[in-house]
Amino acid sequence: MNLHAIRAIYLYEMKRFFRTIFESLLSPVISTTLYFVVFGAAIGGRIEEVEGVSYGAFIVPGLIMLSVMTQAISNASFGIYFPKFIGTIYEHLSAPVSFIEIVTGYVGAAATKSLLIGAVILVTARLFVEIEIAHPAMMVAFLVMICISFALFGFIIGIWSENFQQLQLVPLLVITPLVFLGGAFYSVSMLPPAWQTVALFNPVVYLISGFRWAFFGVADVSPGLSLLAVAVFFALCLAVVWAIFRTGYRLKS
Amino acid sequence: MTAIVEVENLTKTYKDGLTALRGVSLAIEEGEILALLGPNGAGKTTLISALCGITTPSGGHARIGGHDVVTGWRAARHLVGLVPQEVALEPFERVINTVRFSRGLFGKGRDEALVERVLRQLSLWDKRDARTRELSGGMKRRVLIAKALCHEPRVLFLDEPTAGVDVELRREMWDVVRGLKAQGVTIILTTHYIEEAEAMADRVAVINGGEILLVEDKAALMRRMGKKTLRIDLAAPVAEVPEALAGYDLERVEEGAALLYHYDTRGEGTGITRLLQALAREGLGLRDIETRQSSLEEIFVGLLRKDAA
Repeated sequence: MNLHAIRAIYLYEMKRFFRTIFESLLSPVISTTLYFVVFGAAIGGRIEEVEGVSYGAFIVPGLIMLSVMTQAISNASFGIYFPKFIGTIYEHLSAPVSFIEIVTGYVGAAATKSLLIGAVILVTARLFVEIEIAHPAMMVAFLVMICISFALFGFIIGIWSENFQQLQLVPLLVITPLVFLGGAFYSVSMLPPAWQTVALFNPVVYLISGFRWAFFGVADVSPGLSLLAVAVFFALCLAVVWAIFRTGYRLKS
Repeated sequence: MTAIVEVENLTKTYKDGLTALRGVSLAIEEGEILALLGPNGAGKTTLISALCGITTPSGGHARIGGHDVVTGWRAARHLVGLVPQEVALEPFERVINTVRFSRGLFGKGRDEALVERVLRQLSLWDKRDARTRELSGGMKRRVLIAKALCHEPRVLFLDEPTAGVDVELRREMWDVVRGLKAQGVTIILTTHYIEEAEAMADRVAVINGGEILLVEDKAALMRRMGKKTLRIDLAAPVAEVPEALAGYDLERVEEGAALLYHYDTRGEGTGITRLLQALAREGLGLRDIETRQSSLEEIFVGLLRKDAA
């Protein structure tokens, strides 16, 4: 195990984050504030409670998920895509470092960054609404697993991408719609019955539901099912990363 | 001397069907500078890439320090530094940090004294806090070398170290490489500048079409293949080569001010003594004489022509 290499990659990636700490943290804070103004104050004023939780508080887990997922993906995908793009990937390939070690460094850093952003959003949200967390340990567990899974997913996108457009494609065209339609701002039970069935095909519903359950003890689907969904997604990403490692896909000729 | 790099029948066929290496075998001695000389597309970079883990060989074996580059990749790569042909650096990173990063990536703990020594050796110490994008082309290349050296490799691969570099910088680069050799680093450099191989290498491997045409001690190669030319500056120009010298295959140049005599050092006798006596008999006064060895370039062109035939 080349621990020095994992450390070098991890710190290098984290440094990129801290170099632009202001931008890195300011944008999630601003967007969270905006969501609170729009959904919490403007719209939330007309919605009393959702499943016994004030609307302002109800949207917090979904907001955190939205930012955490997109940040984990964009950080990890950019992290590995950039060396490919500028050609410095030669060094990773020629170094005595295994693919798993490379993944650990990049994914670890991206997960850490998104975790930090998630924490910042939670703190910001508390300025607006009162939040009591029903299952703090489970909340952290869900958050960490989702950070790691989506960072892995982002890493895969970064390996697969051949240009900057492709890098943006999945987060923009897949993740954002799935999160918006995944009950970030509403409970699935508020949908007409037919759409409730459709929503159950959206994997993000399970993630947000589980995460919200950890906050408020209420869920669209059972927490066990949510955990299973996270585990399956994580396993899928691991399997793909493993396949990339075996074949050297888009890294080695 | 022991071979630190052993290549046996290495082949590489890319997915698109292009065969870049056709059974390359090569042994590189510890501490030597081997120049891998060949035209563009000869397979030089592919060979280096296969040895450094950037491409996976299709067949054959290669060992570095006794470790197979595929099955014992980790141990093999610990010994290797690679300076790629294309300048690739993280543009916003500072010189010293990118060098430290390389050391970490190769599994070495921090060693600021060593990093300083490497940067000083490459005249980069003053630029250690500059961002890499602020550096000149030559400086960037030095940074690449620093990155490859900071993890103390025993074998250094330099892929076209002076491609697109001006003459002055090229000579500087040669000095750097000689300095590394003095420290005991084994160096494999690819080049299509024969001048470069001639200036630096202990041995030259000529590669073309994915095959090694020959590997030979540079001096021996030049001697073996070496034709020499004797240039005779005459005291007074001649309108034509005198009848009595017709048997010598003389070439009249500069409107008869000089004569060129081509001979082979491998021959029984060079014929120089007889030629000079004949010149004296003809009453031709000599102002100066000079001999010149044919360059590696001429040898190389000759080899490629033979290969094509």
